[in-house]
Amino acid sequence: MEPDLWYLYRHMFRSRLFEQVVQVFWEQGLISFDMHMGYGEEAIAAGIVCQMVDGDAMALDHRGTPPLLMRGIEPTLILRELMGRPDGLCGGLGGHMHLYSREHLCASSGIVGSSGPAGAGFALAAQYLRPGTLAIAFFGEGAINQGMLLESMNLAVAWQLPLLFVCKDDKWSISTRSASVTGGELVERARGFGLHTVEVDGADVEAVWHSAGEAMKRTRDGGGPTFLHAHCVHLEGHHLGFFLFRVGRDQIKEMIPLLGPLLRSATRRKGGSSRERIRSLTDIATRPRDAVKEQTQKEKDPLYRTRQKLISDRDRLEALEAEINVEIQDVMEVALED
Amino acid sequence: MRTMSFDETIEDVLAQTMADDPRIILFGEDVQLFQANLYTQFGGRRIRDTPISEGAFLGAAITAAMAGMRPVVEVSLVDFLGVAMDALLNQASKLETFSGGKWKAPFVLRTTCGGGLGGGGQHQQSLWGWLSHIPGLTVVVPSTPADAGGLLFSALQHDGPVIYMTHKLFTDFWVENLGYLGRKTVDFDLPLAGMRGTVPEKWEPIPFGQAAIKRSGVDLTIISVGVGVHRTLEAAVMLEEEGIDTCVIDLRTVSPMDTAAICEAVSSTGRLLVVDEDYQGFGLSGELAAIILEAGINANYGRVCTEKTIPYSRELEAQTLPNKERIVEGAIELMDRS
Ligand SMILES: Cc1ncc(C[n+]2csc(CCOP(=O)(O)OP(=O)(O)O)c2C)c(N)n1
Repeated sequence: MEPDLWYLYRHMFRSRLFEQVVQVFWEQGLISFDMHMGYGEEAIAAGIVCQMVDGDAMALDHRGTPPLLMRGIEPTLILRELMGRPDGLCGGLGGHMHLYSREHLCASSGIVGSSGPAGAGFALAAQYLRPGTLAIAFFGEGAINQGMLLESMNLAVAWQLPLLFVCKDDKWSISTRSASVTGGELVERARGFGLHTVEVDGADVEAVWHSAGEAMKRTRDGGGPTFLHAHCVHLEGHHLGFFLFRVGRDQIKEMIPLLGPLLRSATRRKGGSSRERIRSLTDIATRPRDAVKEQTQKEKDPLYRTRQKLISDRDRLEALEAEINVEIQDVMEVALED
Repeated sequence: MRTMSFDETIEDVLAQTMADDPRIILFGEDVQLFQANLYTQFGGRRIRDTPISEGAFLGAAITAAMAGMRPVVEVSLVDFLGVAMDALLNQASKLETFSGGKWKAPFVLRTTCGGGLGGGGQHQQSLWGWLSHIPGLTVVVPSTPADAGGLLFSALQHDGPVIYMTHKLFTDFWVENLGYLGRKTVDFDLPLAGMRGTVPEKWEPIPFGQAAIKRSGVDLTIISVGVGVHRTLEAAVMLEEEGIDTCVIDLRTVSPMDTAAICEAVSSTGRLLVVDEDYQGFGLSGELAAIILEAGINANYGRVCTEKTIPYSRELEAQTLPNKERIVEGAIELMDRS
């Protein structure tokens, strides 16, 4: 079977547009704290969530907006929750890292790695109460070093749980290059637990749809858990207003206030060797630039990639985008109503 | 006397002690960029980024300390300690007793705590009561740059585990990187008197278990810690207008606690109000009541604490965390009682 690319693109575009409203609201101060976006993860979310059925569950990390939208949760409710309104999805009590929908069996957490055990429990309930359903656990590659996530992988294999582990790998955990603090290859690590594994380009929604679909069918049929390793980018970095991106995008303006203290530290009498100091300074200067360069490549943007495939039917594409534009405009206005 | 910010103080003490003591190394997630100045001066061998594996690196700090090092471990928010509690609960805190007093682990766990930035219930807890509940841990919560420096200086010389907690609102770094994030559209009730202040020319250790009397008064004693101290001092000015003369005590260290200063202050006013940003039940506020009762002091008692999970909504958050209006109300109620 082939995926309906128009359908997938509709979900991805809708998520992107919705998050652009989130970004505007955040910039206006209507949303607090470090807002983590799903920009760049839309193809992973769409390729998986669009194949979920009633009774399937999701354990989400701190980037829950796209999967929740695609799962069918009312966008106004999400937006109002992000604004902390009493008429939001969770009464304004949870906020953007703690979005829950009981009727859709979706739970989020801001604690890195916690979607592992959460996914395992949802999968256990699926296996025990609703055979044929499954659970998805979303997390980043940084989370792969969190003990409870690794324990969950073993548990899922030992109990043959219907669970899809989805690692959205953008290569960065906040300002740290994940490779610099991670041993081995992730897929090999997962295989070591006895997990079935697949690796996929997370900007290619059809590829995600195919590999996730196969894994989901397998697990629904009792074939056990899968580890899906999907490569992606985060177009706005770790969160909105992320310092590494601010520095990387405007090195001159943002670096100037940091330079004085850095140079003073570099020339203090006691400390590391001059080689070490130069290495540190180079690292500090290159990380912001690299992060921005790596994360904002157009060819890695799933929206751009998918749109390219549909652009030959420009009329249909523009009609679809216009329709969604109207919907999201409306969501924005309704969210602002008293 | 010099003037310094809270952040500058901590960096200054770390830079000085690390220069003098090569056994000190510092590690945690993103510390190379979060502590870019120290990274520049001391290089990557002594300032190390970690994987998101708090259980592993906090646990490792203990035995590294037992074997001769003096690690400073950074866990960005205290809430994340949940995943690493074994290290504190069953290892670090037990060592001295289990070894018959022959072995101690001199390490400092630096972490941030507290709310007021709109970050919800999983990123803004205080938890000093929870940590102090465990015998064998020192828990430090400074409220001014001078105390921050002196107490950190002591922590780095101490022969056992010290948990050194910085309220996020004191630090320009966290207020910027979790609050403003480059925006001018958000406002925070910042404890300005605690964010910047005079510090000694030369760092001297401040002994643990020594409270500071911030204001003397004859009608009522208010005991607090962290940002609560500044909220209380503001409330004391308002109470003065009501004709209530308030004595304000800053505990500075929650464990060990300055029992003598507490008892003396409360017996002279006959009234104790505890202002605690940590949870109300089974914590610091109850402990202070017990200390007074055990000492046979006859006093009226009240408390203004965080009673429940901190809501994400900024409006509800402001009502949930102790604020000066609630403190004034609690104080007047206590005065009216007798
Ligand atoms: C237990 C725990 N430790 C640290 C953090 C702080 N933190 C939040 S997101 C993050 C990085 C996560 O990286 P990754 O898993 O790759 O996900 P990404 O944000 O890149 O999508 C960290 C360290 C946390 N929330 N929970």
